[in-house]
Amino acid sequence: MTPVLEASHLSVTLTVGKKRKQLVKDSSFAVYPGECLGILGESGSGKSMTVKSMLGLLDQHFSITGKALFYGKDLLQEKRETLRAMRGKDITMVLQNPMTCFDPLYRIGNQMAETFAAHTNWSPQKIQEESLVILERMQIQNPKEALQKYPHQLSGGMLQRIMIGLAVALKPKLLIADEPTTAIDAITQKEILDAFLEIKQEHQTAMIFITHDLGAIAKVADRLLVMNQGEIVDEGTYSHILHHAQDRYTKLLIEKRQAVMGRYQQVLGGMI
Amino acid sequence: MKQYVFKRILSTIPLLLIISFVCFVFINLIPSNPAEVALRVRQVPIITEEAIAEVEAELGLNRPFLVRYVSWLFDCLKGDFGISYVNPSRTVAGELARCLPATLQLAGASLVLVILLSIPIGFLCAVYKDGIFDKVMRALVFITTAMPPYWVGLLLMWFISIKLDLLPTSGGGSFAHLILPAFTVSLSYISTYIRLIRNNMLENMKQDYVLYANVRGLPQKVILIKHILKNSMHTCIVAIGMSIPQLISGTIVVENVFAWPGLGTLCISSIFNRDYPIIQAYVLLIGVLFVVFNLLFDILQTVSDPRLRKEGA
Repeated sequence: MTPVLEASHLSVTLTVGKKRKQLVKDSSFAVYPGECLGILGESGSGKSMTVKSMLGLLDQHFSITGKALFYGKDLLQEKRETLRAMRGKDITMVLQNPMTCFDPLYRIGNQMAETFAAHTNWSPQKIQEESLVILERMQIQNPKEALQKYPHQLSGGMLQRIMIGLAVALKPKLLIADEPTTAIDAITQKEILDAFLEIKQEHQTAMIFITHDLGAIAKVADRLLVMNQGEIVDEGTYSHILHHAQDRYTKLLIEKRQAVMGRYQQVLGGMI
Repeated sequence: MKQYVFKRILSTIPLLLIISFVCFVFINLIPSNPAEVALRVRQVPIITEEAIAEVEAELGLNRPFLVRYVSWLFDCLKGDFGISYVNPSRTVAGELARCLPATLQLAGASLVLVILLSIPIGFLCAVYKDGIFDKVMRALVFITTAMPPYWVGLLLMWFISIKLDLLPTSGGGSFAHLILPAFTVSLSYISTYIRLIRNNMLENMKQDYVLYANVRGLPQKVILIKHILKNSMHTCIVAIGMSIPQLISGTIVVENVFAWPGLGTLCISSIFNRDYPIIQAYVLLIGVLFVVFNLLFDILQTVSDPRLRKEGA
């Protein structure tokens, strides 16, 4: 099976003045059709940097080496305009802070419409209809009204769902979720995770799911990468990693989680 | 929203009262006696105590201070700013009305120059940050901010009018007369706004909404103009609102350099002649302009920002 995305020996270096810092070190991995790859790691471990580098979202201070093959085509060799046309259509992303990801000066409807206008030649009516379909699918109440709202008038959970809706609207070949549950409360987190599970089951979209939350990743990811300080330190299924972690850092992560969960169960047990 | 506007308008009333009072007090603190000055200007050969007392009575200067303030204030509200001490055949309102259009013309032309030049230059500086254009512009901005307008005016006059003989050095009336003074007035504002817009845009470029716009694959043109520039302009609105009265009052020096027949020239000559009513009315006018434009642009900003609109309602 050809992978949807295959990164080989990907390295990202940040140069500021004379200082050079390697943020991603010689990373290789692949995502296969219908599969959800989870990338686990703490803040600053290079998870987001890895995907942003492949999509051309980093500025000229970052130099990228290696290969990022999307259906065999190296994204790192593509022109800016080609990459732009792919972003938001073939490869879409859901970001971390829904509250700040929309331009505060424009209505939601306007921002959805401009996304469609960038990738399709739909008429305004068709765009309006499609936007409503997305909002309905993402279970936004009063979709017509929501289109007329400004970002600050909607909740983080709603904005996050709109973002997810927009990300799947144009049937992407790869969906990247960059810590989609970090900035929202626990109850909404569950809804958001369910939305991703649904997308996975319904559309068989290949996904990369970036998080530092073992619980979230356990639910959606088929296979896991563990990143630490810019390096991939472990790889395998969730249960494989849980029981046969190779790397010291991964082991630490799991131990901590088990310790927390143990304490949690103890407390709960005490209450019952 | 209506309530907010109403509240804002009401809140300016005490402010205007304070401005009028302070302006009246300051002018009256000037040590020389205006009655004496009036006599001298009217070329009365021998100034006697009686003559001074007579003129004081004529100009109403013998009444108590507060009485004079209140009567002046009420007259001002009626649009009557008194009569020029120096030239009793002329009213202050008439003098201001005579000179105002020229100043408004100069300030207006400067504002147009500021907007037309600073927005595109600031925009390009931000887009091509650290490029050659940006570096040259930053150097120019640095130099022009450091040069006082009267000196810039003189330099321009020397170079463009005398050396190259392209434009008239001074006076008013035609479009050619307007170019040099308008450019001189606007120069420091252009630098300020280039910097403001450039920095605002660079600040906005780091925002999440720009990253997300890129993630959605929007064309650079849309991101830069529709999103980043609009968000950057937004914070400039209030600054521009405050710059308009500054431009009107700031023409004083430049008007005198270029002998532009506007308010500034009138004001300076009134200061030399100790023509208090005119100075008073001028200071009051500028103060009121500041308050009015501040109010206007505050409201404008509230209306144009969906976030503030809601809170204000």
